[in-house]
Amino acid sequence: MSDVKTDAPADAAPEPPKKTTLSITVDGRAHEAQPGQLVIDACEDAGTYVPRFCYHHRMNPVGMCRQCLVEVEGPRGPMMVVSCMTPVAEGQVVRTETPGVKRAQEGVLEMLLANHPLDCPVCDKGGECPLQDQAFSHGPGESRYVEEKRHYEKPIPISDLVLLDRERCILCDRCTRFADEVAGDKLIHFISRGNATQVNTFPDEPFASYFSGNTVQICPVGALTATPYRFKARPWDLTQVESTCTTCAVGCRIVVQGSRDQLLRYQGVDSDPVNWGWLCDRGRFNFEAVNSDQRLGTPLVREQGELRPTGWSEALARAAQLIREAVDAGGPGSVAVLGGARGTNEDAFAWARLAHDVIGTPHVSAQLGDGMPVGLLALNRATIDEAASASTIVLLGPDLKEELPVLYLRLRDAAEKRRSRILEFTPKPGGMTRYAWKSIGYEPGTQVGAVHAALANDEIAQQLGAGNVVIVAGRANLAETSAAQVAALGELLAAVPGAKVLPALRRGNVVGAVQLGMRPGKDGMDSRAALAAAADGTVECLILVGSDPLSDVPDADLARRAMAGARRIIAVDALPSPSTALADVVLAAAAFAEKSGTTTNLEGRVTTVGQKVTARHTARPDWMIAAQLAAALGTDLGLESEADVLAAMAELNDSYAEISAAALAAAPDGVLAHVPTTLDPINPPTVAVPDRNSYDFRLVVSRKLYDAAVGTAHSPSLAHLAGGATIHIHPADLDRVGAADGDSVKVTSKRASGVFQATSDTTVLRGTAWVPFNQPGGTVGELIDATAPVTDIRIENL
Amino acid sequence: MSDATVPPTPPDYTQPGRVPTGPKLITTRFDQPDGYTYDGYVRTGGYTALRKALTEMTPEQVHQEVKTSEMQGRGGAGFPAGTKWGFLPPDVFPRYLVINGDESEPGTYKDRKLMELDPHQLIEGVVIAAYAVRAAQAFLYVRGEMALAQERLAQALNDAYAHNLIGRNILGTDFSVDVVLTWGAGAYIVGEETALIESLEGERGMPRLKPPYFPASKGLYLQPTIVNNVETLSNVPWIVNQSGQAFHDLGAPTSTGMRIFAVSGHVNHPGVFEVPNGITTFRMLFDAPEYCGGVRDGRSVKAFIPGGASAMWFFDEHLDLPLDKPTIDKAGSMLGSGAIVVMDDTTDMVAACWNVVNFFSRESCGKCTPCREGTTWLQRILKRILAGDGRPEDIDLLMDVSESISPGIAWPPRQTTICPLGPSAVSPIASAVRRFRHEFEHYIQHGRAVDGVVTPPIHGVHGGARIHV
Repeated sequence: MSDVKTDAPADAAPEPPKKTTLSITVDGRAHEAQPGQLVIDACEDAGTYVPRFCYHHRMNPVGMCRQCLVEVEGPRGPMMVVSCMTPVAEGQVVRTETPGVKRAQEGVLEMLLANHPLDCPVCDKGGECPLQDQAFSHGPGESRYVEEKRHYEKPIPISDLVLLDRERCILCDRCTRFADEVAGDKLIHFISRGNATQVNTFPDEPFASYFSGNTVQICPVGALTATPYRFKARPWDLTQVESTCTTCAVGCRIVVQGSRDQLLRYQGVDSDPVNWGWLCDRGRFNFEAVNSDQRLGTPLVREQGELRPTGWSEALARAAQLIREAVDAGGPGSVAVLGGARGTNEDAFAWARLAHDVIGTPHVSAQLGDGMPVGLLALNRATIDEAASASTIVLLGPDLKEELPVLYLRLRDAAEKRRSRILEFTPKPGGMTRYAWKSIGYEPGTQVGAVHAALANDEIAQQLGAGNVVIVAGRANLAETSAAQVAALGELLAAVPGAKVLPALRRGNVVGAVQLGMRPGKDGMDSRAALAAAADGTVECLILVGSDPLSDVPDADLARRAMAGARRIIAVDALPSPSTALADVVLAAAAFAEKSGTTTNLEGRVTTVGQKVTARHTARPDWMIAAQLAAALGTDLGLESEADVLAAMAELNDSYAEISAAALAAAPDGVLAHVPTTLDPINPPTVAVPDRNSYDFRLVVSRKLYDAAVGTAHSPSLAHLAGGATIHIHPADLDRVGAADGDSVKVTSKRASGVFQATSDTTVLRGTAWVPFNQPGGTVGELIDATAPVTDIRIENL
Repeated sequence: MSDATVPPTPPDYTQPGRVPTGPKLITTRFDQPDGYTYDGYVRTGGYTALRKALTEMTPEQVHQEVKTSEMQGRGGAGFPAGTKWGFLPPDVFPRYLVINGDESEPGTYKDRKLMELDPHQLIEGVVIAAYAVRAAQAFLYVRGEMALAQERLAQALNDAYAHNLIGRNILGTDFSVDVVLTWGAGAYIVGEETALIESLEGERGMPRLKPPYFPASKGLYLQPTIVNNVETLSNVPWIVNQSGQAFHDLGAPTSTGMRIFAVSGHVNHPGVFEVPNGITTFRMLFDAPEYCGGVRDGRSVKAFIPGGASAMWFFDEHLDLPLDKPTIDKAGSMLGSGAIVVMDDTTDMVAACWNVVNFFSRESCGKCTPCREGTTWLQRILKRILAGDGRPEDIDLLMDVSESISPGIAWPPRQTTICPLGPSAVSPIASAVRRFRHEFEHYIQHGRAVDGVVTPPIHGVHGGARIHV
């Protein structure tokens, strides 16, 4: 366009694209490797598997087992190196099949087998054992070891769930590295030296990690076995289906394995955007609940005060009749539907259709007064990857280690690898506190002020202004309303407008349920209001879709009055709960792994859920129950199969427009649903929190990983891990009360008073008291008033 | 060495004055009863080098003197200390100085003597070195079993602090450094510098894989770290006082300075001797009355270990080699940490071999497979042979298992392991099997040693000391 020289670059020949890969040669074949890659991975990409035991691509290499020795051409001729510790370099020549390499690999394998008991016929790992497999593929064929082998007592429990057979152990450091690097629970370690080296726990301190099951999965031999699976099956008898764990909302990818129509094991699948192959123990082992003999297999109807089994036609007719009666008595608004977050997207969608379109009630809620306003899901949503790569992660929610354990692993990794700084606001220091750049403790109700003060701090303001910010937002305390938490979130978003939000909601498919319509409609009541209406009789009929208000609603009294006040209760559930026991009709639902479909995790990632076993007796999926109930109420939803529901979802819900069976089949890690545009964003309220009387303590109630929830309570391996419901108080405060650790104290709130055992706990902030929620035998819910902004309690020594 | 020509008859060193002796550099206070005290040290010229370094020299000048001296590290590898200091990345701080006093090789006890008998000399060397490399802090890591050394070093450190020779603004200068005394928990492998660093950090003493953990770039707490041996740093005050060139002029051009050797085994006067590097031969050292005063009972040397238990063994044809690093390296072994073990002609070579291998198998840290499994396997085969249960194939098996640990069984050893401990167990096997295969075969055929050797009692092997005449 002009002859001015400075415009020349536009016409100049384009620069050749800069090469972003490194050219290496593997066994004579040219290969382009990624910079920073290790030789062992580059070889695998190039089609050559290098045997290994200690190397695991999600953990730091240690080069200990020495099995992955290969020859690399170096400046001083070929060098034998461990490929798991050697980075690729331009022009590198790698040889994995020379006589020298073969000799070295066979030598190492012979030594690994020297002390290994070779009890493969009775070993759970036999058939899926890396040692067995690689002994065949890369071993010398026979052993020349004739000396006596190492002997240890076998096996020893290292935790409630994991057993260790030290004779089988090849000391690869995988479990110990996992405990240290990944889980942050450095409770297992090598002890002794040389040939006597063994993995063990500290004396009297078990490997009590929420993530212990992962060590069993990554053990390359049968040294670590998990009690729920031990001696249950041989690997070649297992069949499996890929699925997504719906225990919490992280949505870890798993394979569900079973044999003879019985669930036997879940294994983590390495989904890069989500769980990296890790699972928490609760998610891994709660398949036992599906196998429970307490399962509801047939519908129940109440007759003369007793629930009796019946057929589906009668049960559905009774349910439809109850709904009709309620609608006749008080209009559609006298029906409230609570739940739906435990099932699949299909279940939630069908139930939302039934509630909103067939029954016509706006009173629908997937949360039970223990979550956040649904507007949280209308905010600019972050993915887990975005959170784990943000320069600042702001935690304004629950203790992730307790509620969303694998998200905790991902964010802990981000902090440990120095990618991100964690700014934590918490009423009770928890699992993430030790990894936080700054942890700001606040007294419940004062989080707005805490955020305000933090934003005024130059260092924090600078950090928040320096790069991507992701706010992980959720409910940190069940003994206060969500108002102050929402206001604090609003404060943060106003100060950091570019921040993205990762909702820290807990129930498996709560995000999917809300996005698919299990939320209040126009003028609809949320769960707390609906329960209050049930208590005073305005709501005539409560429909509980996989929800148990008596266990899950923080305000125990409200839940009890609601269940007593509602004249008609329909419960859809797979396991009996305190709430199903009060229902008039119980519709037996298919449990996890008994139905297929899709689920949505907290990022909005839609993944498949697979069916592995047939449903118990005549139990059926929630969506089918919804469709049949709609039919009994005279409306055909047109939903005959999961595929129908999925198609209807895509058609009717903009967020799910791109979700289809084909799209999911093409993307094993799932497809992100769009952030809903029809939701109103949160509206930061102004909160009036009363000052705390200096004689009082402000109550913090939050969940532990193991509690009395049905999935845990019906898993024998997990049920006993739920701890006691003692009241935790800072030792100085305990002293002030005149009590000692273990004493019984009288706790009085405006609502009620009760006797608790006191636990001295330095992590509890002064002036506050912490009680874990919904523990077996726990009564903390009695103290909570769901309408009060905070709960202040008086503690007296008995 | 073994040319076909008739070797010249070696001179007779049994008369006094026939061997070259040199000045004492760092063992001057070994005979002084109060040499380990502050007063005794200062009275004999102590801490003059520190004052000189801090007040008259820049860190670069001190470094230059050490470079000029070409002093080889005395820990075993023989790497020039001045060059090592130069490997620190120029602008990374803080950096640390770690003193490796975890001397635990069988037969090595020179550092123990230096720490017990002249702790202030070491401390003076440490502070000067810290000044030269601008270390923020120095860590004295002393082997756990050396109670007296710890006690005397602790006292010496307290005295040095009291006299403002360590700590803040040393001798009124701007230079400050703290020296921390730490002791090990009794693991040989912690003598390996990266394992020592792990141990200092409170972890299990297991070596780190190099690369990337070369201490000079990523050492203690992943900061640049210099790890020096006790003897190395004990020489530094002398070098500062007398100049690097003066040190360089001692000994041989290829191995400068005086060097301490700790001789043990079948000699009349085992002990620690400071000898001119490169000039003295093994024969002089063994025979001269100034040194070991001959092999016991006038017997002959059957074999000797020239530089610590991990070295390849030498035999009578090596007696006239000078104690010079390049020469010994070329001859297929090493001077290592300066521990010489002499075995006379009554030594049961199978038992001797087992003894050394047993040490390494017990001291293996257990981190990597070939060492953890291989050294124990070797030890068990040897013990079985000693017990009379050997099989003909066991000799080849010994060599083949060794091959799995150290491919090629060559010198310097190659290794499939992380650190050189595994190959260390191969040295005695390769040495003994190659040279004395008939002794192994005799055990295997007859269930007992060859005639004329003494087998020491070995736990778990029937019998005790048995003399076969």
